[in-house]
Amino acid sequence: MEISKMPITLDKDIVEYIEEVKQLEHPESYLISVLHKVQSRYGYLQQIHMEEVAHLLQVPTATVSGVATFYHFFRLKPKGKYSISICLGTACFVKGANLVLDAFRNELGIEIGETTSDGMFSIEGTRCIGVCALAPVVTINEKVYSQVTATQVNEILHKIKAEDK
Amino acid sequence: MLEMKKVNAIIDNIPVTVNEGTTIMEAADQIGHHVPRLCYHPHISTEGACRICVVEVEGRPSYIPSCATPLTEGMVIKTNSPELHQIRRDLVELMLNNHPSSCLTCERDGNCELQNLAYKLGVRDRLFEGSRKRYEIDKSSPSVLRNPEKCVLCRRCIRVCSEVQGVNNLSQLYRGVDTVVAPAFNNNMIDSICINCGQCINVCPTGAFLAKDDTDRVWEALNDKTKHVVVQTAPAIRAAIGEGFGMQQGVAATGQTVTALRRLGFDAIFDTNFAADLTIMEEATEFLHRFQNGGALPLITSCSPGWVKFLEHFYPEFIPNTSTCRSPMQMLSSLTKSFYAEKMGINPEDIYVVAIMPCTAKKFEAIRPEHVTESGLPLTDAVLTTRELIWMIKAYGIDFVNLPESDFDSPMGYSTGAGDIFGSTGGVMEAALRTAYETITGESSDDIEYKEVRAVEGLREASLDINGITVNVAVANGLNNAKTILEKVKRGEKEYHIIEIMACPGGCVAGGGQPLTDAGKYVYPMDPMMIRKRQEALYNIDKNKEIRKSHENPYVQELYKNYLGEIGGEKAHKLLHTHYHERTPRGIK
Repeated sequence: MEISKMPITLDKDIVEYIEEVKQLEHPESYLISVLHKVQSRYGYLQQIHMEEVAHLLQVPTATVSGVATFYHFFRLKPKGKYSISICLGTACFVKGANLVLDAFRNELGIEIGETTSDGMFSIEGTRCIGVCALAPVVTINEKVYSQVTATQVNEILHKIKAEDK
Repeated sequence: MLEMKKVNAIIDNIPVTVNEGTTIMEAADQIGHHVPRLCYHPHISTEGACRICVVEVEGRPSYIPSCATPLTEGMVIKTNSPELHQIRRDLVELMLNNHPSSCLTCERDGNCELQNLAYKLGVRDRLFEGSRKRYEIDKSSPSVLRNPEKCVLCRRCIRVCSEVQGVNNLSQLYRGVDTVVAPAFNNNMIDSICINCGQCINVCPTGAFLAKDDTDRVWEALNDKTKHVVVQTAPAIRAAIGEGFGMQQGVAATGQTVTALRRLGFDAIFDTNFAADLTIMEEATEFLHRFQNGGALPLITSCSPGWVKFLEHFYPEFIPNTSTCRSPMQMLSSLTKSFYAEKMGINPEDIYVVAIMPCTAKKFEAIRPEHVTESGLPLTDAVLTTRELIWMIKAYGIDFVNLPESDFDSPMGYSTGAGDIFGSTGGVMEAALRTAYETITGESSDDIEYKEVRAVEGLREASLDINGITVNVAVANGLNNAKTILEKVKRGEKEYHIIEIMACPGGCVAGGGQPLTDAGKYVYPMDPMMIRKRQEALYNIDKNKEIRKSHENPYVQELYKNYLGEIGGEKAHKLLHTHYHERTPRGIK
């Protein structure tokens, strides 16, 4: 009987990396490392990619799924074109980062970890990013916004939308 | 024999001497002090998740989980103190706070380890009133229901699914208060690689996993005047049903079961064991055909629907090796809606077939699309587990223990001893060997007990000499053991001729639908003594039968002569055989 082979959609170099760690002792312990590579390539962990990792690494799919949902770092949904990171570290927080976060949530209608339906924006809350002098600080993709207030949020988003056209 | 190193310690002021490696809990059990416990299960790995079993060890700053800590020389242990009592109660109270208060209507009421623990520890109030987790019940599977609201995160189901069955369908997803036990990607059970064996149900301390309840459909059929309701009972039922009524373990209650079924109102009561004999006829013929004509060997048995689904998800490359024989249940149902219907002059559409099985996977097997009659009717209309039949008998108010015994109905009610032992691991193999031996040698033999394939453990191999031909056989129960054998075949390490695989540890006698062990008595599912006793019940039936070889069953012979024609012939193939197909998601071996 012809047994169908699982088609692999992961990039070749990631497949090669998995093949490489499979030669080592305890290949299953490289699961997190493999998932890191997948996420950094595709932006998030898609079900199909997790299934392929399970298959290639021979780690149960349920285990892969458990690891991917346990660690805060792994994303199961794609990030927006503009990823908004709001620092919720102590300094930013006492200077009103929570109000800034609320403003973004209200403006975009999404929660932390979610992406707008048009795929434009996603919101992340981060720990201290080390520029407390600029608190509260927001980074959108590579750009840093300092001393942000809730009232500026609407304007920031408008500007991004205008420039994106 | 090698002397085990001994360790001395003091538990609750009582000196103990135990083998090195014994845990504190096991040592305390030996002096009769059963430390309260919840996530612990003696037949799977230690988890140490619930912390109920903590004890005090002199010189240690914190409380020690007794299930996960080996006793060491000179330890002074207290299993009871006011602080320990308080901790255990607090832990149980916190669990109850996150648990529905539906004990009165819960199937596990009275046999729930959490309820039992709360009772024993004197928890009489729910002190921590707060929000609790909310989940939908996953009713997608025809066999296994999953209710995360009742889950206490003991991980027994995860452990049994992985360590015993090698399926690894379950895992803990998410984190902290959001933690939930589920298949990969939080999928429904029906879309998962679950093989429906129901071992998660057996080991669950609460009601987080339950078998799907089909009793309502059967009550309805019994009350439907237009239906001719036929029932069949599997070999393993008689070996365990008495336990549900407080009868002694290991005593078969065949006659009482038949009487109870008759009083419940079934129109005809057949024995699945009759079809077990039939399975042997077909399977032995299939084997000899392959053996003599160079067909796919080893031949692998196909009676266990848990194993069959495992095959399709994990080892589709062995589909050509697997016997095409339908399971005895489906053979009997198929004949009920053909042979029996014709004989009685009843329209198969008016026949309702109920199968009493020790198995939750049979519920899935019954709805497989390839298991239908020529006109598209399901072969089996409803499958009830042993537990479900026990409820029905209790609901009716039948005094099971004191029932007079009666016999199955003709023409599919008689089985040989070979059919009777199908419910035990090794039983199908032994039955097949009895017939294969005589077919190969052409001689009748009285030496028919193949003790080398009888045992409780999960893996056995034997080489038998039949007329100068060496036949290598292997028997596996618990699918992790099946994996071991199949991988050996793949690596070409050994050439087997026949492999018997049963999904559940110990075989059908310890299936996912069998009576649960008593939660209060520290006897757990997969208990080797329990399995042995149920097996003994079957082997005793076999021993006392006059006819013990399937091919000598006069009713089977008559069936071939008057209805089926040739063994393995066209009609037999149409009614008694099936096929398998690769399934996704693909299992990870």
